[in-house]
Amino acid sequence: MSEQRNGHVRIGVYICHCGANIADTVDVKAVAEYAATLPGVVISREYKYMCSDPGQELIQKDIEEHAINRVVVAACSPTLHENTFRGAAERAGLNPFFVQMVNIREHDSWVHSDREAATVKAKDLVRAAVMRVYFHKPLEKRRVPIHPEVLVVGGGIAGIHAALTVANSGKRVYLVEREPTIGGHMAQYDKTFPTLDCAACILTPKMSAVRAHPNITLWTYSEVVSVDGSVGDYKVVVKRKPRYVHEDLCVGCLQCIETCVYKDSKFDDEFNLGLSKRKPIYIPFAQATPKVVVIDPDACIQLKTGKCKKSCMEACVERGAIDFAQKETYEEIHVGSIIIATGFQTFDPRRMPQYGYGKYPNVYNTLEVERLVNASGPTSGQVITRDGRVPKSVGIVLCVGSRDENTNRWCSRVCCMTSLKLAHLIKEHTGAEVYIFYIDMRAAGKGYEEFYQRVLNEGVHFIRGRVAEITDWALDPSEAGKLVARVEDTNTGFVRRIPLDMVVLAVGLEPQPDAHEVQRMFGISCSLDGFFLEKHPKLAPAPTYTDGIFIAGLCHGPKDIPDTVMQAGYAAAEAIALADTGFFELEPNTAYVVEEECSGCKTCVPLCPYQAVTFNEEKQKAFINEVLCKGCGTCVAACPSGSIKQNLFEDEEIYSEIEGVLAYA
Amino acid sequence: MEDRPVSDKLSTSVQWEPIIVAFFCNWCTYTAADLAGVARMGYDPNVRVIRVMCSGRVDPQFVLDAFAHGADGVLIGGCHPGDCHYVEGNYKTLRRYHLLRRLLRDLGIEEQRLRLEWIAASEGEKVSKTINEMVEQVRALGPLRLSRRFKEWDAELASLEAEAQSEEVVAHV
Amino acid sequence: MSDKPKIAFYWCASCGGCEESIVDLAEDILEVAQAVDIVFWPVAMDFKRKDVEAMPDGAILATLVNGSIRTSEQEEMAHLLRRKSQILIAYGSCAHTGGVPSLANQFTREEILRYVYEEAPSVVNENRVRPQPRHGHNGTAVTLPEFRGLVRSLDQVVEVDYYLPGCPPTPKLLKQAVLTLLSGNLPPKGTVLAPDTAQCDQCPRKETKPVDLKITEFKRPHWTQIDPEKCFLAQGIICMGPATRSGCEAQCIRGNMPCTGCFGPTTRVRDQGAKILSALASSVNAREPEDIEKIMDGIVDPVGTFYRYSLAKSLLRAKVTR
Repeated sequence: MSEQRNGHVRIGVYICHCGANIADTVDVKAVAEYAATLPGVVISREYKYMCSDPGQELIQKDIEEHAINRVVVAACSPTLHENTFRGAAERAGLNPFFVQMVNIREHDSWVHSDREAATVKAKDLVRAAVMRVYFHKPLEKRRVPIHPEVLVVGGGIAGIHAALTVANSGKRVYLVEREPTIGGHMAQYDKTFPTLDCAACILTPKMSAVRAHPNITLWTYSEVVSVDGSVGDYKVVVKRKPRYVHEDLCVGCLQCIETCVYKDSKFDDEFNLGLSKRKPIYIPFAQATPKVVVIDPDACIQLKTGKCKKSCMEACVERGAIDFAQKETYEEIHVGSIIIATGFQTFDPRRMPQYGYGKYPNVYNTLEVERLVNASGPTSGQVITRDGRVPKSVGIVLCVGSRDENTNRWCSRVCCMTSLKLAHLIKEHTGAEVYIFYIDMRAAGKGYEEFYQRVLNEGVHFIRGRVAEITDWALDPSEAGKLVARVEDTNTGFVRRIPLDMVVLAVGLEPQPDAHEVQRMFGISCSLDGFFLEKHPKLAPAPTYTDGIFIAGLCHGPKDIPDTVMQAGYAAAEAIALADTGFFELEPNTAYVVEEECSGCKTCVPLCPYQAVTFNEEKQKAFINEVLCKGCGTCVAACPSGSIKQNLFEDEEIYSEIEGVLAYA
Repeated sequence: MEDRPVSDKLSTSVQWEPIIVAFFCNWCTYTAADLAGVARMGYDPNVRVIRVMCSGRVDPQFVLDAFAHGADGVLIGGCHPGDCHYVEGNYKTLRRYHLLRRLLRDLGIEEQRLRLEWIAASEGEKVSKTINEMVEQVRALGPLRLSRRFKEWDAELASLEAEAQSEEVVAHV
Repeated sequence: MSDKPKIAFYWCASCGGCEESIVDLAEDILEVAQAVDIVFWPVAMDFKRKDVEAMPDGAILATLVNGSIRTSEQEEMAHLLRRKSQILIAYGSCAHTGGVPSLANQFTREEILRYVYEEAPSVVNENRVRPQPRHGHNGTAVTLPEFRGLVRSLDQVVEVDYYLPGCPPTPKLLKQAVLTLLSGNLPPKGTVLAPDTAQCDQCPRKETKPVDLKITEFKRPHWTQIDPEKCFLAQGIICMGPATRSGCEAQCIRGNMPCTGCFGPTTRVRDQGAKILSALASSVNAREPEDIEKIMDGIVDPVGTFYRYSLAKSLLRAKVTR
């Protein structure tokens, strides 16, 4: 039957050694010799690196000289090199879809040690592919056009940098930020390691640039609520939450805040992590972008009760920017690609009660101390404890919520350097004795080790040991009124008790609490740790498995600012390249209904999540819109009369694989 | 595809080893199996993976066909509910699996021989664990190898078949 | 004998319904009888096996065999008729796909014999006597055919040229088949002589089938008042129609009973039961395993429901651990 359909089949089989990666475990010679005996196989070769130029040329030459019209390459995972070998076939004039890859590396040599069993498995898999390619048909890749617009989700440094890069290339960017201002965590930092640049000084110009950029549409206080479509044309709905202030009318004069009926600031200021207070109408921080006030509906008397004299409105009467009747609105946009830069949250140290965070007022986390040392922070840059003292001794506890079986297993990467930076700043601000409790000091990065040496030389005490507990229980007068860190100094082997005025917990970095919902909405995956999963950990650390969706910054995993900016630029470059190419080639693995075979039972119609399958009332048959079909094959498996077929995954192709792997069963 | 060589080990080996045919979805479980490879998380070599784009492509016929061709077990791997690359192909798989399990039970195939497992792209370890577990369970059950049973069943036809053939020969002479 | 083409009919493990369907040709049978010589038809005409044996090989143009194959005698006859016929046609569900008798493949030979000769409510057999293949009586050896371990379709025993599906096939299909044979314009070997689309294509209730079944419950026909106009599946009643070849003129459906699948699957399908299972399960409106299980509880006998006529030709063929 295959012969009738596909002419005279001449199969070439190519077994890759992958250096020693495959050949050490699989007897590649035996596999090649075996493949040569299979029906239809004209040539069977093994070669050191099939993916190399000479390897590919080998295939091309065989196609040209020996009229090979089916190619089976047994090598690594098709996710790596399928396109390589399809390309080789195409260059030799063979339709690329006559190529089938066999995964004898990731699925065989790398997971088995028994050479004999691994070789048998390789033979089975090769035989399945040989039997499968009989049924292959020439196919054409489908091209979908790419909307040049790009959506960036998240307005931290990653989103800002990505948005600016894309916008500078002349493409329209939508930047959506959940909070009332962009800036993200970086805006809260005081200085940046190791150069001690002022974070605000380097960030705020970029924030302003976003605001001013003619190609960027900035939607703060907004969230993406739904994503449909696929690469080239994602339909995205963005919810714009009411800030009760018209963005286009507010000039940021802040007089409304002055005149608010609340004379005193009574509500926790989120930007300062509750270390200071704000009013119901507020601006997150001085350089907030956009510089537009926002009203907190949970605090505002007018919004809560409708019974306020609305002095803020009076202050703004000329511009009329304040509008208590503002409702949430929804914007629908179409974009070709999406960069997700939704950031992270810090570990909540209450989960480790032994450190007393939330119990002892003078136990802080690193982010709070960033605000304390900041000149525009709640204490105007004075490092003082909650009871108003200048600390004489400060302990910084590393790996809180990192490298810990009980909380998070990963290293959060930035805490060592952040702690060194804070140790330096605290010492500079207060002259206090500073202790750093560490497991390992990790200072890999340009200028990082040098900074570590500098802080060592400044007289900061480094104690190697995981702090067992922080307590206020004094054992002797020197500890009275202080916090005590109990720790085994593993360098000396002694358990030590260090009295401290202030404890700083270097909290780890975690996925956002709603990372899983975001992941589902955008149809991407998460790693085991809950951060978003990249397409390849080495070679594609910004693309995802979903074409046209890229990730940047800490939503992908802990990293410092330079790495974040690099990844954001990379993601932007991918989005720009996609838009500039103008089209995307899709796998031709779509399903189609064979009209004369279809009985019109409609089973398939509701199964398609993309509404690609419809029922043609006139013909009384099902119909699949190839443009909408994503090629999952669910309808094919469900069709009770076998009248739907899927390119590349036809029934006969899969049956022959089944038969192939089981030929000796 | 008739004349298959018989030089393979499995065909001559006296020691029975289970063969598991696995249908892995491209996006989650196949990728997880790649990850298991990259991380060298070894597992039993008894599994043969067939890649499909979505576990929703796994036609129950494929499962039966694998059994009929001699598989001792069939493993279907898909994305976790809610995480399907194709929104909810895996839910269709789940429903079919529940009904198929009932059918198989009535046809005398033990429950452990068909397994549906949600394995995300990052769960390389789960691939290795699932395969090892299943191989062990199936090994404990013993061979199913319907391909061989079918031959045994049809042995009763042999004598008459041979007789018929010899008569044909006579008739042609 | 005339030189008209010779036709034979034979029955194996069958109920006789297929023979009836031949008679159901009514006056058309005269037309057929005029065009051909019926040389063998144990149900209706007095020919013996030895008459067939005496014919030269290939002397019969076409033999239509109905019934599945369970005994050695049926096997012998299948081989004999195969040899004597140019064209061998599997007639009816049993010969085509095993039919209802092949549901016996869920049991061992021992279970069947024990039940039939010892345990069935109507049996009185205190000495547990069972028929023996060979038995001496008054110095004469009496033999009975062997009772095989499995029920088989005709093509699992001998090569078959064409299939006429149905339990039984319709007179219309039979007539068409005979005319096709006589025309000499033969379809490719292995063809099932019925349309290759599923039932829904010709179902009078097609329009009442909703796009999304969203099945929340499976009902058995006798549990419910069946709406005579509405798609059975829309009423929660399992109908094999979507997975069954058309050509029966929807007789059951017109009689307000769902299709039970006697025409077998379309050519593209290897296992009719697996296919209807896939289609139905896909349409179940539940996501949680417990909810799914609850709905599936409504299918009390999946094998008997999905393979009512096709267990012998299903991929697993039988209960594998009999």
